[in-house]
Amino acid sequence: MQLLAANQVAIERGERRLLAGVDLSVSSGDIWQLVGANGVGKTSLLRAVGGLARLGVAGEITRHGTMLYLGHHAALKRNLSALDNLRFHPACDVICSDEDIISALAAVALAGYEDRPIGALSAGQQRRVALARLVLSSASLWLLDEPFTALDVDGCAWLEERIKQHVAAEGAVIFTSHQPSRFGELQQNLDLAAYVV
Amino acid sequence: MSYSKTSIWQPMSSEVASLSIWGAFARQFMRHCKSLVGSPADAINPLLFFFMVVTLFPLGLGPDPQRLAGMAPGILWVVALLSSLMVSAKLFASDYEDGSLEQLAMAPYPLAVLVMGEVAAHWIATGVLLALVSPVFATMLGLSSAALPTLVASLMLGTLSLTLIGAVGSALTVSIRRGGLLLSLLIIPLNVPVLIFGTTAVSEAVIDGNTVSWLALLGGLALGSLALLPLAIGAALRVSLDN
Repeated sequence: MQLLAANQVAIERGERRLLAGVDLSVSSGDIWQLVGANGVGKTSLLRAVGGLARLGVAGEITRHGTMLYLGHHAALKRNLSALDNLRFHPACDVICSDEDIISALAAVALAGYEDRPIGALSAGQQRRVALARLVLSSASLWLLDEPFTALDVDGCAWLEERIKQHVAAEGAVIFTSHQPSRFGELQQNLDLAAYVV
Repeated sequence: MSYSKTSIWQPMSSEVASLSIWGAFARQFMRHCKSLVGSPADAINPLLFFFMVVTLFPLGLGPDPQRLAGMAPGILWVVALLSSLMVSAKLFASDYEDGSLEQLAMAPYPLAVLVMGEVAAHWIATGVLLALVSPVFATMLGLSSAALPTLVASLMLGTLSLTLIGAVGSALTVSIRRGGLLLSLLIIPLNVPVLIFGTTAVSEAVIDGNTVSWLALLGGLALGSLALLPLAIGAALRVSLDN
């Protein structure tokens, strides 16, 4: 099933045109990696796809189903506990019991950290709290901006495994990363260098 | 260059209908309340500011109780307006910086409703609290006790409008570094009617005059703001996120 269709998308930031003529069709089971040098427009394209950027985006973007966006910022309140941060997450897509949230935190190796304020966790641990949403959310299309940054080896392995499970369950993922082909045969690359204006 | 763009959002039929819109609103309200409890300085600072200014006025104007009592309605309302201005500058700042606003904008609910959860919590922690504490400050300035209920009521209604207007300003300037001055320029003119109605209501109460119509005007402003400004806040936040 098609989850996203982007047709002849052009992106402009400030006075500068970044990309033009991007076509992208994402169906269930797809893993897309956006590839390109720094500043080429990977984050801008991801935000346009998610509907966060509207001004300066031309072309047609059709979205089917729900999306989850994970950007550079973790959207966590420093003075709230990990549990409260997920329970009252602003994306409103975590609709489950506290037990589910606690087991999701355990899945990202944060068992016992539920009641710790986010400000008391390390950068990598905060990143893991944000990633716990990948267990809890029911969204079908994930938009992940540099999801592997600040993660240790185990964390990266967990995330890769989680992404594979998600696409096996009829989901789809678009992510940006500077490391080439983490998913080998499973993934498709969209090289943005081809669309630079 | 003019861009035209169509963007279509089709809910997936198999997706279970999740949280009701009020559930989503309540979650944002709770999130902000808990966050305020975690760092109470945000709610206490405006009160401290109010306290400091009110104690400074007698020092500057001289200790004549008659004169202070005459000026009390104006002083109290101007200080309330300034403290509201002070806190609304920071209303969306932390949400913008930590990415919460992006996530709010991605949520499958109207942004206007979700941010109102936050604005409501903010109003209770600043406006309502200030209104409830204001009799103490009013007594310090020698305002006649007959005017205290009107003062509380006028501040309660007035701070609702002030908070909503401040939220629009904050939403518009949140992505601008040092947007504080711009924010003041944008919202002080809009706050003037609230100030005039509020001060007049309290002054009328002192001379046992007609307070009801002034309070009704404040209530009208508050309801009007409540009906229209959430849409403006949502639209302004989307523009601010869009860069």
